[in-house]
Amino acid sequence: MTRNTKSLIRIIVSATVCAVTFILNKTIDLPFWVPLTLCIAAYLTAGYDVLWKAITNIFHGRVFDENFLMTVATIGAFAIGEYIDAAAVMILYQTGELFQRYAVGKSRKNIASLMDLRPEEATVLRNGEEIHVHPSEISLGELFTVKAGDKIPLDGTVVSGECNADTSAITGESLPKHIAVDDNIYAGYIDTDGAMTIRSTGTYDNSTVAKILDLVENATSQKAPAENFITKFSKYYTPIVVILALLIGIVPPIFDNMWVNWIKRAMMFLFVSCPCALVISVPMGFFGGIAAASKRGILVKGSNYLEILSKVNTVAFDKTGTLTKGNFEVTYVYPEENRQQVLQTAAIAEQYSNHPIALSVCKQVVAPQSAEITEIAGKGLKAQTDKDTILCGNAQLMYDNDVQIVLSEGGTTVYVAKNGKFVGYIVIADEIKADSATAIKQLRQMGCKTVMLTGDNEQTALKVAQKLNIEDYRCGLLPQDKVEELKNLKTHRGATVAFVGDGINDAPVLATADIGIAMGAMGSDAAIETADIVLMQDNPTAIATAKRVAKRTLSIVRQNIVISLIIKFAVLVLSAIGLLERVSAGMIIAILADVGVCILAILNSMRAMFIKKDKKSAA
Amino acid sequence: MKKVIRLQDLDCANCAAKMENNIRKINGVQNVSVDFMMQKMVLECNDECYNDILREVKNVCRKIEPDCKLMI
Repeated sequence: MTRNTKSLIRIIVSATVCAVTFILNKTIDLPFWVPLTLCIAAYLTAGYDVLWKAITNIFHGRVFDENFLMTVATIGAFAIGEYIDAAAVMILYQTGELFQRYAVGKSRKNIASLMDLRPEEATVLRNGEEIHVHPSEISLGELFTVKAGDKIPLDGTVVSGECNADTSAITGESLPKHIAVDDNIYAGYIDTDGAMTIRSTGTYDNSTVAKILDLVENATSQKAPAENFITKFSKYYTPIVVILALLIGIVPPIFDNMWVNWIKRAMMFLFVSCPCALVISVPMGFFGGIAAASKRGILVKGSNYLEILSKVNTVAFDKTGTLTKGNFEVTYVYPEENRQQVLQTAAIAEQYSNHPIALSVCKQVVAPQSAEITEIAGKGLKAQTDKDTILCGNAQLMYDNDVQIVLSEGGTTVYVAKNGKFVGYIVIADEIKADSATAIKQLRQMGCKTVMLTGDNEQTALKVAQKLNIEDYRCGLLPQDKVEELKNLKTHRGATVAFVGDGINDAPVLATADIGIAMGAMGSDAAIETADIVLMQDNPTAIATAKRVAKRTLSIVRQNIVISLIIKFAVLVLSAIGLLERVSAGMIIAILADVGVCILAILNSMRAMFIKKDKKSAA
Repeated sequence: MKKVIRLQDLDCANCAAKMENNIRKINGVQNVSVDFMMQKMVLECNDECYNDILREVKNVCRKIEPDCKLMI
């Protein structure tokens, strides 16, 4: 039997006894000890643990807690002959506690279940047999099968079969992803249609989903300033309240001599002072926000980051891989009629390079012959074949070697020369992501300044900035320059700067920013390590969504603080000026105020979970 | 050493905060975070006197919230 069921039974039993006593007392003339005994029985059934805690807490040096005050108040009521009231107050108090506990537990579980992506069972192939096991029992390199409707239990590579995978639990992306043989598939995806055999590429403990869960579960341990404020607040709050209560109990009666009256008020004052609702409302709000974000494929590493994100007013973007797709393509060759020749000449020089530009050239043509390559740092490459010398690089390289060239009109350009004669140039561009413009627009609507930091040249940067309507850009930056630029942005008065990158080569920049956001992190451990907020999807609009979630969460947290402070304060004043005079009535109001505030705060926090999705369709 | 301890029946957020403050004062505890939402405690402490520290931690928890059980 759970604790809540036990409490419930106790409450029902004692409430029944109490009600029967009340009716008997009104209808039949009983000797005074009959209702007294019944009430004591009901009182003890409902509240023996409160009495016990009150006593043990005194030995632990905690005198003025709610248990003690409940005990004193109810025993006082017995003493002045209001025994039905005394029992009723205890029952009500316990009901309130139960209700509060239930509500907290329920909403806690509700939010936690949002984040539960853990697959429970896997079918592993061993010696040609299908065996059902827990995913943690499958080791690296084993084969396992999934069929339509299954959750993928481990990260792996598809060996046979294909499917459309629902990735929404991990990425928040609603469109299914087609996965075929040799593709990577991640734990937490759901196979919507086909049967597949998959070879595991990791164990359960280091699967993507386990890492995500770990991250999200630990997120609430990183406390936001608003939470620390509450902790600090309650540190000063309790002694202040105790001192005030002492003053209420001692000072006024010196003048009017009504000691009992004022001591009663002081007791009531202490009783209503419990700061629980206040203390719970803040982490609850953040918890809801973090869950809401993770539902949308936005992993927030701690409540503090959610708070910073809500204050961000400058967003700096890396260009390649963030605003653009990062897949360089040859978009133009000059002169067009010699396309093949220009590309082939370039390919001779670029064939051994891993640079994205080189790769895009070599994707177009196969290098016709081998060559000896010399790298000219920051300028390009020089290739020596048995009869030719080929230069391949930027304009500076050409000027240095006295080659007459036709200047390109923009974009990343590679000039090609053969034996000192200009052959042509190749323009390589990076495709802008479909929703980059929408993301910038949404962020600007939210009052954020947008800046693009890129290693690319002026022309390319300007083109992208204009296309996306970004306010400012810095170009030609080496990684360390990006750090400097970001520091500059941070020195502006009141600027809170977020940096968005792909998390692979901009770790130092991510760390310098007030908040580092890594993008498209699916399967990339590095990004998950370095960033404060990790976007599982590749689309930049998620940044705007994250910001919206953060802002909303913070406003909910603020509402919670204000509501609970105001109500608490009101009840404290009421009790101090003696409006909660009668023990039972006062207690009832105090309990209702406490439970009410708590429930209100919880309900309000639950709102954080239901934040509207991207307004993608509207844009 | 970092240890995660599940907490059962931790009902009051204020108590969780109090627990955290008091556990932090125990000798040998480097860091502690009592997470009310996930009902768990993350304890970082010296390896050598782990058992003593754990006994202290249990003591503190019992004093502050007698209903709360540490699931070790």
